[in-house]
Amino acid sequence: MRNILPILTVVAVIVALWYALAVVLNAPWAYSKAERAEQTLSFSEMVSDTMAQKKPRLPAPHQVAVEIWETTAEKKITSKRSLIYHGWITLQATLLGFAFGIALGIGLAVAIVYFRVVDMSVMPWIIASQTVPILAIAPMIVVVLAALQVDDIVAKGVISMYLSFFPVVVGMVKGLRSPDGMLMDQMKTYSASASQTFWKLRLPNSVPYLFTSLKVGAAASLVGAVVAELSLSQNGGLGARLLAGSYYGQTIQIWSALLSAATLAALMVMSLGALEKATLKRMGMAA
Amino acid sequence: MMWIALALIVWAAAFALNVFLVRNKAPGVGYLVPVIFGLTLLFVWEGFVRGFGISPVLLPPPSAIGAALVSKTHILWEDLVQTFFKGALSGYIIGCGSAFVIALLIDRSPFLQRGLLPVGNFIAALPIVGLAPIMVMWFGFDWQSKAAVVVAMVFFPMLVNTVQGLQATEAMQRDLMRTYAASYWQTLVNLRLPAAMPFIFNGLKIATTLALIGAIVAEFFGSPIKGMGFRISTEVGKLALDMVWAEITVAALLGSAFYGTVALFEKRMTFWHPSQRH
Repeated sequence: MRNILPILTVVAVIVALWYALAVVLNAPWAYSKAERAEQTLSFSEMVSDTMAQKKPRLPAPHQVAVEIWETTAEKKITSKRSLIYHGWITLQATLLGFAFGIALGIGLAVAIVYFRVVDMSVMPWIIASQTVPILAIAPMIVVVLAALQVDDIVAKGVISMYLSFFPVVVGMVKGLRSPDGMLMDQMKTYSASASQTFWKLRLPNSVPYLFTSLKVGAAASLVGAVVAELSLSQNGGLGARLLAGSYYGQTIQIWSALLSAATLAALMVMSLGALEKATLKRMGMAA
Repeated sequence: MMWIALALIVWAAAFALNVFLVRNKAPGVGYLVPVIFGLTLLFVWEGFVRGFGISPVLLPPPSAIGAALVSKTHILWEDLVQTFFKGALSGYIIGCGSAFVIALLIDRSPFLQRGLLPVGNFIAALPIVGLAPIMVMWFGFDWQSKAAVVVAMVFFPMLVNTVQGLQATEAMQRDLMRTYAASYWQTLVNLRLPAAMPFIFNGLKIATTLALIGAIVAEFFGSPIKGMGFRISTEVGKLALDMVWAEITVAALLGSAFYGTVALFEKRMTFWHPSQRH
């Protein structure tokens, strides 16, 4: 809790910078409007105009806040203009892809820990796979999967999966290998079978590592879903809002979509954090 | 049918070979095994595409991609210069450089550090790539807007890592510097920056992939008529997937090379760190 004050300070500084930047960036438009109306603006008139333009280059924070309020609380959630509606579409794809990613990640990690061939042949490629800018080729993957009559949500999920499986593999391999020689020897003296060693020693030991990777993976899979929606925009989603906003110059809409994606990411990471705390406490591993 | 059977046989043979190599700990096995695996993958891909008669509009065989790589080298090179050298690299240098300088400034205030680390970690996890359309609006279609997206993407991961790295020294070491009556700058240059190197390089490595992604994705929102992102989106529209895959191959090689270069520098400069001494 002692970090609250510093964090609030930093956030306040960011908001202040944002306002300052909004004034600077929106001022030319305010002046040119005034010139055409043959008025001269005083400094304070200029500032107040930069805060209230319809299509500002950078909307002021309160404009975005108002937009978010109007598109969440004041719209029905079934409305196509509701951010909750779009957020839900994105969240579904994210969760599906995340689930795929966790399953794939854990499966690969187990194979890597237990089979040396898999470790040696696959591991370098897994690392190399992350240097492929997948986000950049997401549109193509989405188009190809759509041509194969795959559901949109699965197509988005595949991108999310690709981004989220990597942290899970790396974390789980580390976690499954974390029991030291002493513990492994102990299992041997109990003459535990391989599956007993796995369920009773390796898996429980890997849980803290798993949660750390899950938090990274959750954010990554949300990014994946949003980017996939840039090319699958017909069915909505936060990415589609971004794209529509950029087509029509609706900067306020872009920023509100961005901020809601950020909120979604934060919520996912926070709920995973809470789950982590509860799980580790029940397992007696709480720090 | 022939192709599928052949692909399966090659797959099984390569797998057996890999198992054999690993068991016998043949020399150079660390490089050989993944290479064999990769080649097998390519061959199985080729075999399946031919055997099942998959349309090249969906998934072109590796041979077609290779042909596109060879025959359209000049276009690929032009795109690479536009996207990587102009967009990604300049943004990478500006973003990482400014993050480093700001981290040094923040480091002098523990109050700011405590506030900035959680906020920075939070921002580093956000879909910053979504800023791309805004940056294109602000900075125009050419590489400047791409560089701006890259700056925004690499800034916070780099900042957080550097700030963390600067805290990595032990109290004992700092006390030792004090007994030497070392000034702030002497402590920084001789103790804290070297100790921060592993963290700084971690940030630099994360930033390499982010930079490439940022530059390519930003091109989807508008670009001059060259660039990897531009090429990918237009060739998808033309259903010329062999060209798209050729761009992807270039991007993957480029990403690996970029990462590898930074990793090489890391090895040179942090040879003393436990993680580098196998």
